[in-house]
Amino acid sequence: MKRYLPFIIVAAVALLTVGAAAMLYNSKRKSSSALAASSPAQTEESSKSATAHVRGAADAPVTLEEFGDFQCPPCGQMAGPLRQIEKEYGKKLRVIFYNFPFDIHQHARAAAYAAEAAGLQGHFWEMHDLLYREQAAWSNAPDAERLFESYATMLGLDIGRFRQDVQSEAVKQRVTADQQLGASRGVKNTPTIFVNKHQLPPTSLGGSGVRQAIDHALAQIPQR
Amino acid sequence: MPSPKSRSDKRQSSGTWTASRAPVIVYTIAAVLALAGLADATYLTVQSLSGETAVCGGSADCFRVLGSAYAKIGSLPVSAIGALAYFGVFSFAIFAAFRYARARTFFVALVCAMFLVTLWFLFVQAFLLHAFCRFCLFSAAIVFLLMGLVVATPQRV
Repeated sequence: MKRYLPFIIVAAVALLTVGAAAMLYNSKRKSSSALAASSPAQTEESSKSATAHVRGAADAPVTLEEFGDFQCPPCGQMAGPLRQIEKEYGKKLRVIFYNFPFDIHQHARAAAYAAEAAGLQGHFWEMHDLLYREQAAWSNAPDAERLFESYATMLGLDIGRFRQDVQSEAVKQRVTADQQLGASRGVKNTPTIFVNKHQLPPTSLGGSGVRQAIDHALAQIPQR
Repeated sequence: MPSPKSRSDKRQSSGTWTASRAPVIVYTIAAVLALAGLADATYLTVQSLSGETAVCGGSADCFRVLGSAYAKIGSLPVSAIGALAYFGVFSFAIFAAFRYARARTFFVALVCAMFLVTLWFLFVQAFLLHAFCRFCLFSAAIVFLLMGLVVATPQRV
C-alpha cells in the first residue's frame, strides 16, 4: 500500500485542484450571468430608448439627468450614492445618463464607447455600473480597451460584435450627440446633474444634496 | 516514475533517525509551499478564463499586470502554466519524500526553471509595467522559498 501512497497523494491533489477550479469557475460564471441578467425591465427600457439611456419608471414624477465622464473621479464617487438614491426613491425617480467624456482623461472616450457598445446589446446600465465600480482599476491601465472587453465578456455580451461596435461610427456619433446636448445645456464639468431640468449647483453634488433636490421636486408636484 | 529505494536500507546507511527523517521534512515543506502556489495560480487561471480580471480586489496595479500582454501566451493564461509547474513541483516533492530515484533531480530542475521565470516576471512588473500584482508577488515569494530549500538542502537529501 505504501508503495502507491505518493501516487494516491498526487492524484488526490490533482482531483481536488481540478474540482475546486471547476467549482470556482462555475460560481463566477453564475455571478456574471446574474449581473448580466439584473434589472431586466430597466435594460429593456434603456434599449427601447432611441435618444437616451433611461433607468426607472417612465412615468416617474422626478427625472434625474447625469452628464458623466466614466474616468472622472467625482463621477465615480457619485455613482454609488446615486444608485442608492435610485433604490430609495423607487418608482418616483427615473435616471437618464448622457456621456460627457473629457479628452484630458486618457480612457474616458473609450469607456463611453464601451458603454454605448454594451448598450447596443441591451446592457448599457450593467456596463455603466461596472465601469464606475472598476474606475480605479482601468483608469491607469495602459490597455484599458482589453479590460473593457473582459467586462463585456463578464456581462455575457457577444464579444465579436462588441469589438465592432466600439469602433463603429454609430457609437461615436452617439457619444458626440450626448456631448453636444450637454454643451447646449451649459454643461462644463462632470458630473453635472439636473433634477427635473434644474441644474444642481456643485455644492449639492453629494448624496444629501441630491436627495434634497429630489424631495424638493417631489414637493412641487401637485397632489392628485 | 523510477522505483523507490528501500527506506530501511537508507536508514541503516544514514545511521540516525534525524538524517533519515530530514528528506521527508524538507520535501513535505516543499510540497506544502507548492500547494500554496498551486492554489494561487489556479485562482488566477480561473479569474482569467472566466473573464474576471475585473475582480482583483479593486487594485489598479493588479489589473495592469493581469490585463497586460505579458499575462498570456496566445490565449493561454501564464497562470495556467504556473499551476502546472506548481503541480509538478508538488508531485516531485512527494515522490522525493518517498525516496523515488531522480525525483529530486526533476524537483531541482523545475524549481530552478520557475525561479528564472519568476525573475523575468518581476523584471516585467518593475520595469515594463511599473506595477506589481500581489498574487504574482505571493507566487514569487513561494518560488524564492522553494529555491531557498533547494540551495540550503544538501545534495544527498
